[in-house]
Order: sequence, then structure tokens, then C-alpha cells
Amino acid sequence: MFQVRIHGRGGQGVVTAAEMLSIAAFDEGRYAQAFPSFGSERMGAPVMAFCRIDAKEIRTREPVMQPDALIIQDPTLLHQVDLFSGLPSSGYIIINSSRSFDELGIGELLGKFAADHLCAVAASELAMKFVGRPLPNAALLGGFAAISGQLRFDSVAKAISQKFPGKVGAANVAAARAAYELALSSIGSPVAHA
Amino acid sequence: MLKQMEGSLAVAQAVALCRPEVICAYPITPQTHIVEGLGEMVKDGELTNCEFINVESEFAALSVAIGASAAGARSYTATASQGILFMAEAVYNAAGLGLPIVMTIGNRAIGAPINIWNDHSDSMALRDAGWIQLFAETNQEAADLHIQAFRLAEELSCPVMVCVDGFILTHAYDRVDIPDQAQVDAYLPPFEPVQVLDCKDPVSIGAMVGPEAFFEVRYLQHHKQDRALDRIPQLAAEFKAQFGRDSGGLIRSYRCDDAETIVVALGSLVGTVKDAVDEARAAGSQIGVVSICSFRPFPLKQVRAALQSAKRVVVLEKCLAVGIGGIVSDGVRKSLSGIQLKGYTVIAGLGGRPITKRSLLDLFASAARDELQELNFLDLNWDVVHRELERGRQQRRAGPTAENILRDVGVTGARVA
Amino acid sequence: MAFQPVKFYQTGTFTVGNRLLADSERTVQANMRRTNSLNSGHRACQGCGEALGARYAIDAAMQATGNQVMAVNATGCLEVFSTPYPETSWQIPWMHSLFGNAAAVASGVAAALRVKGRSSVKVIAQGGDGGTTDIGFGCLSGMFERNDDVLYICYDNEAYMNTGVQRSSATPPAARTATTMAVGPHPGNVFGTGKNLPLIAMAHHIPYVATASVANLHDLEVKVMRAMGIEGARYIHIHVPCPLGWGSAPADTIKIARLAVESGLFPLFEAERGEITDRHKLRRRVPVEEYLKPQRRFAHLFGARPDVNTIASIQAIADRNVRTLGLAD
Repeated sequence: MFQVRIHGRGGQGVVTAAEMLSIAAFDEGRYAQAFPSFGSERMGAPVMAFCRIDAKEIRTREPVMQPDALIIQDPTLLHQVDLFSGLPSSGYIIINSSRSFDELGIGELLGKFAADHLCAVAASELAMKFVGRPLPNAALLGGFAAISGQLRFDSVAKAISQKFPGKVGAANVAAARAAYELALSSIGSPVAHA
Repeated sequence: MLKQMEGSLAVAQAVALCRPEVICAYPITPQTHIVEGLGEMVKDGELTNCEFINVESEFAALSVAIGASAAGARSYTATASQGILFMAEAVYNAAGLGLPIVMTIGNRAIGAPINIWNDHSDSMALRDAGWIQLFAETNQEAADLHIQAFRLAEELSCPVMVCVDGFILTHAYDRVDIPDQAQVDAYLPPFEPVQVLDCKDPVSIGAMVGPEAFFEVRYLQHHKQDRALDRIPQLAAEFKAQFGRDSGGLIRSYRCDDAETIVVALGSLVGTVKDAVDEARAAGSQIGVVSICSFRPFPLKQVRAALQSAKRVVVLEKCLAVGIGGIVSDGVRKSLSGIQLKGYTVIAGLGGRPITKRSLLDLFASAARDELQELNFLDLNWDVVHRELERGRQQRRAGPTAENILRDVGVTGARVA
Repeated sequence: MAFQPVKFYQTGTFTVGNRLLADSERTVQANMRRTNSLNSGHRACQGCGEALGARYAIDAAMQATGNQVMAVNATGCLEVFSTPYPETSWQIPWMHSLFGNAAAVASGVAAALRVKGRSSVKVIAQGGDGGTTDIGFGCLSGMFERNDDVLYICYDNEAYMNTGVQRSSATPPAARTATTMAVGPHPGNVFGTGKNLPLIAMAHHIPYVATASVANLHDLEVKVMRAMGIEGARYIHIHVPCPLGWGSAPADTIKIARLAVESGLFPLFEAERGEITDRHKLRRRVPVEEYLKPQRRFAHLFGARPDVNTIASIQAIADRNVRTLGLAD
């Protein structure tokens, strides 16, 4: 089983991101479970969503305590919430930021992780460029696909198009593809920029 | 057809396939996505021959369903928590009148303190009203149970509530197999009412009944649930024949054959328990789990048969009968009447407190050593409790308990556990 | 040649008057083919205004719809006395659910009929003042707001009579009830409280609102029949004296209802979508005292030292009604 935990703030599409991940996994013939951790909608409040992916039926319903990957949609959470709780040193981290890990103040913390499991993607900027709105979730999924190798990019693209039909979907897919390629090219270099 | 979708929408699609004629809805978290889905289907013409009514309260919602059902229409509504309490009078009324309404409960805690997260207190609050109560373990089962529910309700002329854990199931994306219309039509025939308002054959429904007859009317309700004990497994078997999978039924046993310890639980919690059971088994523990799907009628015989050979039973419940302890435990104890074995009640998950595999494994280990109390509270923060009790001892005007505790635990941001 | 306009009153109310009318204008009750939908044998008190009003209303509705009426009843006097287990006096499909949900249940019945393509069958919801203005208020407003195809009839006897004469929001000021006893400095129901349901119904802009009284049963029938010819949410508020609760003589029910109308305390009018379309003008005003005196629920206002101030306050209410509704003939 592969478990992903997504952190962000209300209004950034954290839940949608988890749902898209689960759709992508489903399209690849796998079982997936995606669910939010919060209830009432509140713009700006810290939120989490989870996605589990497995080759067989997923029965457990507990929150993801030991994620295999973290997607951090909002770097302002970094020093506010214990984002990295439960992540093993072999875990993957994708952060939405145009700054380096050192600049974000987590360079030392991330030292214990494998460099090619980490990446910072300027997803909000990519979203602005391709979609016209700073919603980073689709782009971050592209980054996730690249770094983790858990999903084919095509599956992610298809899931995005399913969630966002028409032109909006295509634009989000473009942002995701850009992030995917940037992330791929950055593997090995711990300082990744858009 | 296999789909990856939100549990609520899977329920909505299953209900739509049942050809409902009147749907009335009042919004309450976490059922909203179900009725929104159905509303959209009616509005854009996907669901035809169906009146979708936006009512002004839950009390109105079930009342509209009562009128519609009495006039011969297949009726549906959904609610949760405070909503089922607000319609409580109508819940008893529908059962007493024998109207085959199907209602989804998106299980949610009841306030005060106000809480939107999952536990079973809402369904449990109305457990004696005379409705059949079915609990879904997965979103697949949630969808399937609604199809079985309409069939069961109309056959017996008894309303049925399908209980689906709020957020955990309703708001989770899962793989669900949505049946096609032909399959559902083959399983669920059109509604033929036992009693109906009809100008060609007028009847009066709902008269006052005095001491000379009330007892018999009430007994016949109980008798209906007795018949349900037979019909529920039969309808589940028919469902399997038609749709190709196990769904519903009275109870299910998992790895109980040689189990020394058997856990009993309802709803989505069973999934997490199964994973924990597998891990405990791998470590040498002889443990299994019984999931109860039909809570009303309570399958006394079946639960007894499943548990009687165990050394100990751990009833894991997402509800608390304040002042006495467990609710499900009462039913389990009754089913074990005359049999000597150790029984433990574990209250867990109230107000959406996560139930983790780690905590379950610790619990199972303690149970196996018979180190549990008769009544236990899983992952209750005793420090917080004691601090609040101390506050109360220090001064009379200690302030509202809930707010004190929130301040104490320093609720900021989202926590993992 | 000069001529003087002559007004005919009360044609059709008395038996003699009925014969002066054309067939189509005669009362439903005068018709041998009336359905008697609220049949004899019910257990209403002697002189019950509600039983009288309900019989006329339902039979009128039956005539207007070709006998296609279903009724939903709130808990209350009408429901209790019309269905003493194991008997029922209803000759039509009839349902009682709860105290506060008659309007919602009726909406449900109407929805079922609509979905089954049987909208020619009409639904009437019935309730007393308690079940309508208080506990049933939420559901009533919801039914109005959705414009559900239901006629709601409120039989207003101005208190919770079935449970022993307790005060409702329809109880008039100064009236004695079991929960507004005639004791203390302000005996009876408090001034400045209460709801005017017909005006509230009008505020929902529903297609038809009317007040009626058992004092003018022909008018009551006409209003019901008019309502049955209109689609959407409709409301009729009928004043029905209760000899037991009001402390009046059973034989005086119609007389007292008439005094209520003629004093101005119970105005008769019709409205459509929030605007008054017709009102019954008062050719003969009576002072409120004439209406209040025959009712023991107002007895504390009279006697050796009449409470002239309170009576004057009640008169002021009547005068205000006459003025604002333009009831002076």
C-alpha cells in the first residue's frame, strides 16, 4: 500500500488533489481511497487530505499516520503544523514553492531524506501561467508522479481532465505536465525551481 | 459498472436506480452531497418521474415523505445527527403507521457539544422507534444496502434506515460498482402499498388507538422485525445472485472459527479492525471480528452462534449510553444469555476521534491478557479529563466544559493524531 | 322615476332565502347529492363550531372537484372526534400524522399525486389554531413558500381545546384559558401578543387567502369552492366558536360567530398574492361588549365593576380592523 498525505489550506483544492490521485490510480486498475480530514469548509484554515493506493481492496479507514509521500500545497504551514509527522526517511516530499529548501528553513530537516525523493515545484506560479489562477493542486500531482513514480503521467492527466472538463482541464494538465518535466529533470539536485 | 467516486454520490446513484418518486431533503452535514446529487439528477432530467422537494426542516422532510408514501409513492430522504432528532416524532410516526420509507443516515455525533464528525449516536438515539437499521461497512455496501432497503421496506411495510459513516464513508472516494437499471428493476419491483390514500377506496389512516388495541398494534411492529430477521438474509442472497457480490445480511464473521477473542463492531470501523486482526493473527493471536449489519432487528441468534465458542468478546462501539455504558454491548450480552465468557465494552471514536490500527493492536493485546475493564474508553485523554475535573473543584464558576477543554488542548491547525 | 337602492342580505343563509337563489348559487348542504364527507356519528361536543365548519368546507370542496379530495389532519379536536377508534366519520381518504406537520404531509401527498399524474385529485390540510399558528407554523410557512398545491384550512377556536383549553397564539387578548387564568392584575391573555395568520399567509404572496366564519356558511362554501379552483398554496382561516372553551351556550355558536364578525373582531375578507380582493362590509356594527358578554371566558371583564379599560382596548382592536380593512358599509 502506498499512502499519500496532502497538506494545504482550505480553498487550495487539497481534497480535490487527493480525489484526483485516487481516480488516477483507479484508471490504472488499482484500488484507491481518498478522504479529507476536516469537515466544515473554511477558507484559509489548515486542512489535510489522504490517498491510499493498493493492488488489493483497502479496508482500513484510519487517517494516514505513516505516509509514504507528502504533498505540501502551502509552505506557510511549514512552521505552523507538524507536517512531517510519520514520514519515514525513505519518504517523498513535494512542496509548492519557488524557493529552495534552505530558503524555506527546512534544509537541515530534509537532510535525512533521499535527495531524489524531494522536490520543490513552483506550482502556484505554473498554475497562474497555464490556468490563470493560483490553484497548485494539479501541478503538484505532476510533480508527485515524477518523483514517486507511483503513477503514470497519463493517468494523472486523465484524472485531471475528468475533474475539470474542457479548457480548464486542459490548462491544468499543461501545468501538471510542466511540473512533471521540471521535477524529472531535477531529480538528483535538491534545489529545484520552476 | 466500476467507478471511482465519492461515497455520497454512489449512494445517490443507487437510490436513483431504485426509481424513487418523491425525494425531500433538508441539508445537514454530512449527508448533503447525497441529496445534492439526487437533486441534480432530477433537475437535469437524468432521474425522471421523481419529485424533488426542498423542505424547511428535517421534521418537514420526513413528514413530506410520510404523506407521499401514504399516497402510494416510493419516498426517500436523508439526514444525520441533530436532524434525526428534530424529526424524531415523525420517525416514530412513520414506523407506527407502517410506511416503507427509506432514509439514509450519514452517521454523525449529536451535540452538545456541537460536532460534525462521525459516530453512531444519531442512529442509536432512534434505535427503538421501529425502523429497520442497517449499517454499511464500505461505500459499495452503502450503495447496495439502499437497493435492498427499498425491497425490504416495501415487502414488510416498515421503514428502513441505512447508516453510512459520515465523512469516513460519505466523503471518501472509493471504487464502487454501480449496477445498471435492468439489474435493479429485476430485483426491485414497483411499489405496491399495503395501505394507500385512494379516492376510489377511501380509508382513514392515523386514528387514535386506546388501551383496547394499542398493545396489539405495537406488538405487530415488533413481529415485523422478527420477520425481517428471516427476510434480510434471504434478500441478501437474492442480491448476490442478481448482482454477484456479498452485501448486507444480518452479520458477517471474519477469522472467527478458532478465535479466542472476538471483536464486535459496526460500520466502516470493521475495515480497520480487519487489518488489525490480520496483523495480530500474524503475530500469533487468535482473534477475529464479527460485524453486525442489521442492528435492528438485532440478530440475537446469529450473534450468539458466532460468539459462543470464544473466550472473550470485545464490543467496540462508536456510541455511549451516558449513565450506563455500551449500547451494542447490551444486545451482545443479551444474545449471550446463559453463556459464560468475558465481555468487554470499548467506547471509541466518539465525535470523530480517529480509531487507529496501532491503538487497536494495543487494545487487542490487553484484551488477550484480560487486562481490560468492563467499560473502556479507547484513546481518551485522561490528563485532559482530570484537569477539567480539577478546574471544577477549584471554583464554582469554572466556565463551560467544552471551551475549557478546547483551550486546554490548544486547538490550532490540523493535527495528524 | 326616482328609485332607492335596496340591498338584499343573507339570501341563501336561511332555508327560505335558499329558494330565492338559482340552483348554482344554492348552498352545497342544501343539495341532496352532498357527500356528507364528515359523516354523522362523530363525537364532537354539542354546538361545536369546528364540526360545523369542517362539514361545510369538505362537502364544498368535494362538489368543486367532482369528489376528488384527500384530507390530511393535524392532531386536535377535529382529528380526535372524527376518528374515535375503531370508527371513522370520514368518507374520503383521510390521514392523521402528527400535531405540527399537517402542511408538510399534505405537501407530500400532493407530490405523490403529481408524480403519478393524478393532479386532479386535490389535497386539503386541516388543523386547529394551535396546530397551525404555533407548532405547525414552520411546516405551514414552508408549504406556502414552495407554493405546494394544497389548501390549508385552519379552524380557529382560539385555544388548544382538545387538551383542555390552553392558550395559543390565536387566543385573543383578555380571554381566559387554562394557562392565562383570569387572576391577578392582568387577568386573561396578555395584550400585545398573538399572530394574525391570514396576514402572514398574505405576506407569502400565495394565490389565495380568505377568512370565513360559521356565521356565514354559504360564504364559507363559496370561498372553499373558489379556492379549489385555484392551483398552488391556498389558506382559509375559519372562525369556529367552541362552547366548552369559550363558555358559551351550545345553541349560540352561530350567533356568537356572527357577533364576532359584526363587531369587527373577526373581519371577513379575501386576498390574492398579498393583496385584498374583497371584504365583507359591516352593515350593522355591534359594540364588542355584545360579543364578549355571552362568553364566560370574558366573564371577568363584567360583573359588579366592569373592566371598562380592557373592554375599551378590545374595542380599539375592532375599530382598527374596521379602519384598516375598510369594513364600514
